[in-house]
Amino acid sequence: MATTASPGVAWPARTLDARPWLRFGLRRAGRLLVSLWVLLTASFLMTHLIPGDPVRGALGPTAPAELVAAKRTALGLDDPLPVQYLDHLRGVLTGDLGTSLISQVPVSDVIGQRLPATLWLAVLGFAVAVAVAVPVGVAAGVLTRRGHGRRTELAFTGTSVVLGTIPDFLVGVALVYVFGVRLGLLPVAGNDTLSSLVLPVLALAIGPAAILARVLRVEMVRVLQADYIRTARAKRLPARTVHLRHALPNALTAALTLCGLLLGALVAGTVLVENVFAWPGLGSTIVSSILTKDYPVVQGIVLVYGVGVLLVNTLVDVALALLDPRSMIRED
Amino acid sequence: MSELRFEQVSVRYGRSTVVDGVSLVVPPGEVVGLVGESGSGKSTLARAAVGLAPLHGGSILLDGEPVPLRGRRRPVQMVFQDPFSSLDPRMTIGASIAEAMPRDLDRSARRVEVARLLELVHLDAARADARPAELSGGQRQRVALARALAARPAVVVADEITSALDVSVQGTVLNLVRELQRELGLSMLFISHNLAVVRYVASYVAVMHRGVVVEQGPAAQVLAEPAEPYTRDLLAAVPGSTLRRSHP
Amino acid sequence: MAGVDGIAGVDAVSDPSRAGRDPRRASRWAGVVRTPLGLAAVVLTLALLVLAVVAPMLWSADASAVDTDDILAGPSAEHWAGTDNLGRDIVLRTLVATRLSIGLALGATAIAVVVGLVLGTAPLLLGRRAGRAVVAGVNVAVAFPGLLLALFFAVVFGVGATGAVLAVGFAGAPSFARLVQTLVAGVAAHDYVSAARVAGVGELRILVRHVLPNIAEPLIVNATIGAGSALLSFAGLSFLGLGVQAPAYDWGRLLFEGVGSLYVNPAAAFAPGAAVLLAGLALNLLGESAAKAVGVASPGELSVAPRRRRAARATPLPGPAEPDPQADAPDLVLDVRDLHVGFPARDGRVEPVRGVTFAVRRGEAVGIVGESGSGKSLTALAVAQLLDDLADVRAERLDVLGEDLTAPGGESRRHHLGTSLAMVFQDPMSSFNPTTRVGAQLAEVARHHQGMGRREAMDRAVDRLAAVRIDDAERRVRQYPHEFSGGMRQRAMIGMGLMGSPELVIADEPTTALDVTVQQQVLDLLQAIRRADDVALVLISHDVTVVGDVCDRVLVMYAGRVVEDLPATGLTTSARHPYTRALVAAVPTMDTDLDRPLTVIPGRPVDPADVPVGCAYAARCPLASDRCRAEDPPLAGDGTAHRVACWHAGDPIDVDPGGRPLAQVEAT
Repeated sequence: MATTASPGVAWPARTLDARPWLRFGLRRAGRLLVSLWVLLTASFLMTHLIPGDPVRGALGPTAPAELVAAKRTALGLDDPLPVQYLDHLRGVLTGDLGTSLISQVPVSDVIGQRLPATLWLAVLGFAVAVAVAVPVGVAAGVLTRRGHGRRTELAFTGTSVVLGTIPDFLVGVALVYVFGVRLGLLPVAGNDTLSSLVLPVLALAIGPAAILARVLRVEMVRVLQADYIRTARAKRLPARTVHLRHALPNALTAALTLCGLLLGALVAGTVLVENVFAWPGLGSTIVSSILTKDYPVVQGIVLVYGVGVLLVNTLVDVALALLDPRSMIRED
Repeated sequence: MSELRFEQVSVRYGRSTVVDGVSLVVPPGEVVGLVGESGSGKSTLARAAVGLAPLHGGSILLDGEPVPLRGRRRPVQMVFQDPFSSLDPRMTIGASIAEAMPRDLDRSARRVEVARLLELVHLDAARADARPAELSGGQRQRVALARALAARPAVVVADEITSALDVSVQGTVLNLVRELQRELGLSMLFISHNLAVVRYVASYVAVMHRGVVVEQGPAAQVLAEPAEPYTRDLLAAVPGSTLRRSHP
Repeated sequence: MAGVDGIAGVDAVSDPSRAGRDPRRASRWAGVVRTPLGLAAVVLTLALLVLAVVAPMLWSADASAVDTDDILAGPSAEHWAGTDNLGRDIVLRTLVATRLSIGLALGATAIAVVVGLVLGTAPLLLGRRAGRAVVAGVNVAVAFPGLLLALFFAVVFGVGATGAVLAVGFAGAPSFARLVQTLVAGVAAHDYVSAARVAGVGELRILVRHVLPNIAEPLIVNATIGAGSALLSFAGLSFLGLGVQAPAYDWGRLLFEGVGSLYVNPAAAFAPGAAVLLAGLALNLLGESAAKAVGVASPGELSVAPRRRRAARATPLPGPAEPDPQADAPDLVLDVRDLHVGFPARDGRVEPVRGVTFAVRRGEAVGIVGESGSGKSLTALAVAQLLDDLADVRAERLDVLGEDLTAPGGESRRHHLGTSLAMVFQDPMSSFNPTTRVGAQLAEVARHHQGMGRREAMDRAVDRLAAVRIDDAERRVRQYPHEFSGGMRQRAMIGMGLMGSPELVIADEPTTALDVTVQQQVLDLLQAIRRADDVALVLISHDVTVVGDVCDRVLVMYAGRVVEDLPATGLTTSARHPYTRALVAAVPTMDTDLDRPLTVIPGRPVDPADVPVGCAYAARCPLASDRCRAEDPPLAGDGTAHRVACWHAGDPIDVDPGGRPLAQVEAT
């Protein structure tokens, strides 16, 4: 506990706490770098952990041995492992992610082509989820605060657990059936028009929205029992002010960490949803690449997803520190 | 009867020094009261004596030998502040007490010993099968004392053992501490922020402030003629203190 | 969302230590089936398990019977969900697939739990440095969504059922490891683990004897939820074609095949889809219900009593209550008559405050003392209208600063009380909003109640902080509460009350959380404010000496009633109630006789849920007679300001309770 609870506790640590932001920034940057390194190493190891020869696997059992050997040399797979590792690191840092075994297209081009579609999906899905979940969760929290609305709570929790449990690809399939097969209202494949965004975004957003709303409700209920809420009431502030100015920021702080996890999960969720809606993004590409054993592409996309997740988490930590300065200190 | 001696003891957490070169003696068969405010390092010093806080410098000696901090034999035992946290909720109080006993006792010897210890702290021996949830705070604290005694300690460290108790119960525990100390001739380091409590239990008093012992000596002397300004501040702040009683 | 593990169970806080306190563990688990949702989850889960065992034995052959004449048929009487591209019955295949789907999910969960346990308990066993590395590693891994990890491992382990089990299992491990770490750290922070260490018990033995039993419940709950997530993850992987490969089939595989023919026979997709959904929901709900049943429930959640809306306003109570002898004084700031505070409880209602009557005059300092559970804080909170809506407050009269709180109030009352009634609470850390600067928290009082502008209100806040002797107030207003020391926070809290012009300060254990020297500063400050403006003070404390020091008059509370009301100067000399006398004698002071044992009060304080007939103190009282055990004495005055509720008030106590042998004491 690094609270400055009393002068007695605070004195030895005071010099360290003098520049909390600097400390925080350094620690965060350090952690990000270490995580990136772990990610790079993991993506490198991925191709080497695969049992058997990846090139043979990709080209198939009928490919001539010379072709396989040539390919291995071209990929540097015959070099000693440390050399390969350094080549891998160097390649990634200079933006060279190798070339596809199947299509011979540079992996970075594949990613450049596919990334925007996935980003759109993830960002829009997340925005919709937050826009729905925050007001719903907060309102539910106020309505079901201690001593209130037991029925509302039951209905809300039941609904949100069910909605939060349905996997996005099932939602997707159901949406395809209802809007595509039965009603024929909205496009169910591709990303040619703006309206083709509607169903995939919906499929992505429903689950996270339900989970976030549910956590926000619990947080609101918890926060509304806090001592500082009693203080706010002792100041005879109107209920609106107590809920929005005192309870909400604290409930959001607690929900923010979850937002990071949800956004990460949402990025991953695009893999499934893209496959349901034949969305030409990274997700459909990585699955087809895994099935065709096009490992350089898989490796590159795994890296992109990983970096995305790490960035999201760092952003969440920074936002958390801005909202609640204690969170910087708490880490020590 | 044994003597516990702290020699130039320092404890650091990270870069902050919590206990800074403390020297203190608990004479054989005596109770030394250690007073100070939160953050003064008094609890850390206590934890260092039983190996729960790592020493950064100095040494802690029991009758001239370093206090053993590994293995089964632990001649320095500790009673903790929070009676709700210091007993495993899933274990019967008999099992908690027996856990601290020397290994060589067999099952029936343990049962007899548990009964003896419970009676020693004025609890019904039949309650050995009770779980902590069935006991009040004061009763739990007495079980914690029994557990400390089960290890057949030479010295007992008591860390704020009454501060979590209601006033009507606090007296029971303090009376018991005095009684046990007198009957068993225990050496004891008794830590409290409450000067009146320390005065009642201890024959020697040490005052800690910001990781340093600022004053120590016989209780009567330190409390009646404090030499240090900080000790005087502490005494003046005791509610009901004659130094500042001021009724309108 | 199949990808988010480890956040389930949020609705119930599973604190292993608190949970362990309830001896009726079995009945808490049984609580799962007592809610309709939980019962449904249990029934569904059992049905699934039975199906998983039975279905392949019954229908395995029929489910793989190829009928090339009847491929991709729609639903019919013969094939309820139609047939697949080889003419096999979809419903039968879905039923048979139960075993593989559930089996794979359980296998993956087992891997996740085992790996999670190993990684999660490592910090305890490996010691500081190595433990920290494991924690850091888990923290990085846990940030990656489960599906992404599963994809990664699916590549490594190869496409297929075995690869998928390993992939989903390892992907779930980090969140389990994190959970175990948190739980272990929670248990390891308890003193009983320290005590075991001090007793020489080894770390491995501590883990087995103390830690694992105390984290088992939340672990089982989360494993159940984890199994649900694993099931859905599997469906996801198989749906992508990365899981189970033909000719084997699980629900995901069937779904994958069904979606291919969505336009021809949607039922082929919906049957396995529904199965996945139902099974995932069943496991999730089972876990959630168990979390709720095993976790800590607040008293309100146990209630079966009818809901009471807007109950925090006092309802007037008919019937007479003898007023405080001061009640006729013209300058009352507080007039409370027959105040009752109740809460809904498991069986009806508990009433921790049972008819409290007192009055406070302008400028007077009244102390309320009592042990925990005496109702002193509830009395203060009820007077200030700060109890939550669960509380049922009733009073014959509840006048605060001229406002009748038994009647509904409006905007003007809010402004009046907001500026003239100040509150100080026990814990100055938790009583400030941690995410708002101190200055803003003070200023909002002036902005809201006095209509000041931002600048003006902030100036006032600076001025008030200076008034409570906080140095460098200009800088301090821009700081957050955690940057203040404990004593400074409490003074800032008092400063917040001074934003208006208070006529009454209610301080609820204002110094309990503070060090003794800081305590004195805070009490001195309260005293100074009182003297300066003739402000009345109600000081609630468990510490007789503090109250005796500060107040003019002391109310002693026991079991929800005032048992004595006497001048503070008379606490040690003229107290007449045996409880007051024992309370004063039980506290060691700097003058206590060192040669005599301390006075002890035998027995325990009264449980508000179980208040005895007659005088509540009778069971602990040396003077108790049959009358005491039958009739509750009223709080009666003797013509002076001294009131006492005792049939034997002032009688000599022959046996000094402290002189009694302790063994006898415990027999009660």
